[in-house]
Parts: sequence; C-alpha cells; structure tokens
Amino acid sequence: MSKITIPLGPQHPALKEPENFMLVLEGEQISGATVNLGYNHRGMEKAAEGRTYIQNLYLIERVCGICSHSHTTTYITNVEELAKAEIPQRALAIRTLFAELERVHSHLLWLGVAGYEMGFETLFMYTWRDREQVLDCLELLSGNRVHYSINTLGGVRRDISAEQKAEVLKRIKFLEERTQYYIKLATQEPTVLARTANVGKLPYDVAIERGAVGPTARASGVARDVRKDDPYLIYSQLDFNVITHNTNDVFGRLVVRALELLESYKIINQVLNNLPEGPVAVKIPMRIAPGEAVNHYEAPRGEDIHYLKSNGTDKPERLKVRAPTLANLQSVAYMLEGGWLADVPLVIAAIDPCMSCTDRAAVWNPKKGKTEVYSWEDMRKLGIEHYKRRGVDFGRL
Amino acid sequence: MKHPARVFSEVIKHLFKKPATSRYPFEKAYIFPNFRGRIVFDGEKCIGCQMCVRVCPSKAIEIPLSAEQPPSPAQVEGQPAVAARKKFDCIMKLDHCVYCGQCAEVCPKKALAMSQDFELASVNKADLRRHYK
Repeated sequence: MSKITIPLGPQHPALKEPENFMLVLEGEQISGATVNLGYNHRGMEKAAEGRTYIQNLYLIERVCGICSHSHTTTYITNVEELAKAEIPQRALAIRTLFAELERVHSHLLWLGVAGYEMGFETLFMYTWRDREQVLDCLELLSGNRVHYSINTLGGVRRDISAEQKAEVLKRIKFLEERTQYYIKLATQEPTVLARTANVGKLPYDVAIERGAVGPTARASGVARDVRKDDPYLIYSQLDFNVITHNTNDVFGRLVVRALELLESYKIINQVLNNLPEGPVAVKIPMRIAPGEAVNHYEAPRGEDIHYLKSNGTDKPERLKVRAPTLANLQSVAYMLEGGWLADVPLVIAAIDPCMSCTDRAAVWNPKKGKTEVYSWEDMRKLGIEHYKRRGVDFGRL
Repeated sequence: MKHPARVFSEVIKHLFKKPATSRYPFEKAYIFPNFRGRIVFDGEKCIGCQMCVRVCPSKAIEIPLSAEQPPSPAQVEGQPAVAARKKFDCIMKLDHCVYCGQCAEVCPKKALAMSQDFELASVNKADLRRHYK
C-alpha cells in the first residue's frame, strides 16, 4: 500500500493547543510520526530577564495554567538557594499542600479529558463537576482558582486558619469517595477497557531510553518520582507510595493517575493535620547574590526543571525552563507508530500535553532574517563548540 | 473483573438532582472572603512611596500627585512653618492588572486593598482606566 503523509495540526479539532504532528499513513495505520513544536512560543524566558525577582513570580506562574504552582515553586527554590535563605517549616508545608491540591485538580482534569477523548462524556462531566470542589479549596486558601500566587520570596503569602483547614478536609473527604467510584468505573467498565487497552504502547526499556517522566513513565513500570528520588519541600517526612503500572498503555496511564489521586488525598490529610507552627515567611533582600542554581520538581505531568543564573542585581541573568511535556513528546512519536489514526487524539492526550509549557526555544537568525529549526546534529555541534571554548572537549564522545 | 453499564445507576440518580451549575447572571456567584478582586485605594492613607508601582508585574498602577493639594496648615506663632501633607491619586489600569495583589501586600500604610468586585468586563476602554482620588 502506498504511503501518504498527512499533517495533524497546528489547528485541529482534536488538539487543545497548537502543535503539529506529521503522520505517515499506510491505509489507516500509522507507520511514522514526527512532532513539530514552536506554535506557542511566547518568549517568557527572555521576558523574565527584564523583570525583578518578585515580578517574575507572576510571570513564571503564567508559563502554564494548570501547573502554575509547580513552576513558581521550582523558580523560587532556585532564588532562595542563591539567597541562602532559611525558609520556615510552616511555609514549606503550605507549599506542599498547594502542590498536592494542584495535582488533584490536574489529574481530575485529565481524567475528564481522557473520558472525552474516548467518547465517554459522562465521565468527563462528572469529574469536571467534582473538580470544582478542589478549585474551591484553592480559592478559599489563596483567593484565586487557577493562579494561586501563594509563593513569595522567603515563604508563602497567606496563612491557613483552623476554619479553612476544616473546610478543605471536608471537601477532600467528599473527593476521596468520588475518586473511589471513578476508579471502579474506569477499571471495570468494558467500554473504557476496549478503548484504552493496548493503545499507545510504551514498553519499559523504550520509556527509559526516551526519557519519559511522570505518570507516562510510571505507567510503563518506571518508578520515577522526584518526590521520592530527591525529596524537596517536606516530602521526606510524609508517607506515600509511588504508583506504577505494567500494562504500558493508555489504560495504565489512567490507572496510575487515578491511584495517584488517592495518594495525594493521603498527603493533604497528613500535611493539614500536622501543620507546624511558626511564621509563614522570612524577609529576603531584593538583590540576589551571584551564582547558578538548578532544581527539579514533580509537577502533575512529570519532572519540571528550572535553571537560574543570577548576576547580583535584582533581575535574573538567565532563566531556563524544561517542562515535563517536552520530555514526554519523544515518547509520543514512538507511541503513535503502529497505531491507528483514530487513536491519535487519545494517545496524545494520554501524556497530558501542555504545549504552552513546552515551547521555549526558537532560533532567530538576524542575518538571514528568519527563524531556523536546528536539527539534532546541529545542536550537538553547537554544544561541543560551546564547551570547547570553556576548555572541555566532548568531541571524542 | 468486568462490570458493564456501572454508570447507569449513577446517571439515573442524577436525573433527580438539582443542576450542578448556577444560573450565573441571575444568581450571584459565591465569592470567598479573601478573593483577590479589583484593587481599592484610600487616598487619605497614601504617602506616595511608589512601592506598589515598583513591584507591579504588569505596570498596571500609577500614583501621580493630586491636582488639588490640601492647603498648608496655618502657621503657629513662634514655630517653623509645617509643610502640607501631599495628596496622591491612583490610576488603576484594569486591563493590565493581573489581580495578584502584590501591591496591596507591599503597601506600608495599607492604602491599597483587594475588594470582592470581579464583574469588570467592559466594551469601553475608558471604563478600564479607573482614576481614584
């Protein structure tokens, strides 16, 4: 059968955000797929260089609407590391609480999207209705549903009162019951199984080779979770499990996310019931000491990495964001190969893609006056030359 | 274990429940007490330190001197003249504001505060530039 290449996106009804997939089709079966990025580039890293550290908090928050707390926490950990600040335990506990509430809201959102993509819209409606409960928790504590802005340099901005704690615990109890029902629904309903089992296969060794992160990796049996591997905030004091699954398909990703919700409720209960006493913030000077810092964080979608370089002024010299979707996109190309065209939206949705997080780099060549896309060989050559100038030779590797 | 049509009993139960959505424009949405809405300004408290202008991430706020300044207090005999306390206005650009509340937090005199007003959409651009005196 002759091969035909069709573009999926950047504008396509099945995609929530602009990205382009070039699919090579043999009949209805996909024999090759490439992912092209760059339709959602907003120049955030450059913008961060022109703003002060405190202004950047609100810019970094807007890298992504769903993991807004993940990005600011990673950024602020870097800043506080450079400023050598000692953050109060209570502030760290509140940050952890928000991180888990955010994971709950992100995973419930994903469960709804997955239901929508597999044609199970009842699940979509129910999960999104229940997701309002966790959004209400976030609004109750921080004053906003999506951009919580709870982080500030040296701690958090708002304390948690006893009434707020009781209110959050009440809502989490309700959500726990509902999630138990969704887990039963998703694992026992034959239509869900028929739609997700053996779709978008990603075997264990391929997941490791392609550097998959977060629930995508854990659904392939890779027990990779920054919260356990390199505990930050107060995760080392908490009791929770890393959920893995071994079916390597979309069904596994669904199960991993649903069971992770229960772990998150467990963490929220632990944090709220053992909230340390003390202040919620310490003062940090406007000017941050020169230096470099790298930190990682387990965002709902996977490992999020931030690099920050400071030059001693009140503005950063360089900020680099590696969002989890960028790491998972390598796996998407593999997952699509050998599958059917009708499964494409479900497979892409299964990694919970966030393109506005991912699109960070575009190369503008002023001499030619156009944007260039670098191939892997070009990037490698550039990297080797860059390190050669610094006295390290990677050319032999 | 497969359990087909598990969702049906739930769907039928929901037929007899009230809708989960609210009839918004007719029924006011519930706003939590510490919601971050439109910024309100108290000209009596402002000392014009411009801290809010410096921290604002979206350049939404300006603190200019008021056009009308209060008269200086009458000089008491035998004492040096006391300069009048300067009065400041506040210009809020609601279309720039991201409602983070950093200005209200940094204000040393609590002249700025967040209100619960959130219905701020307008088709007229002039409405979005609020001049508080």
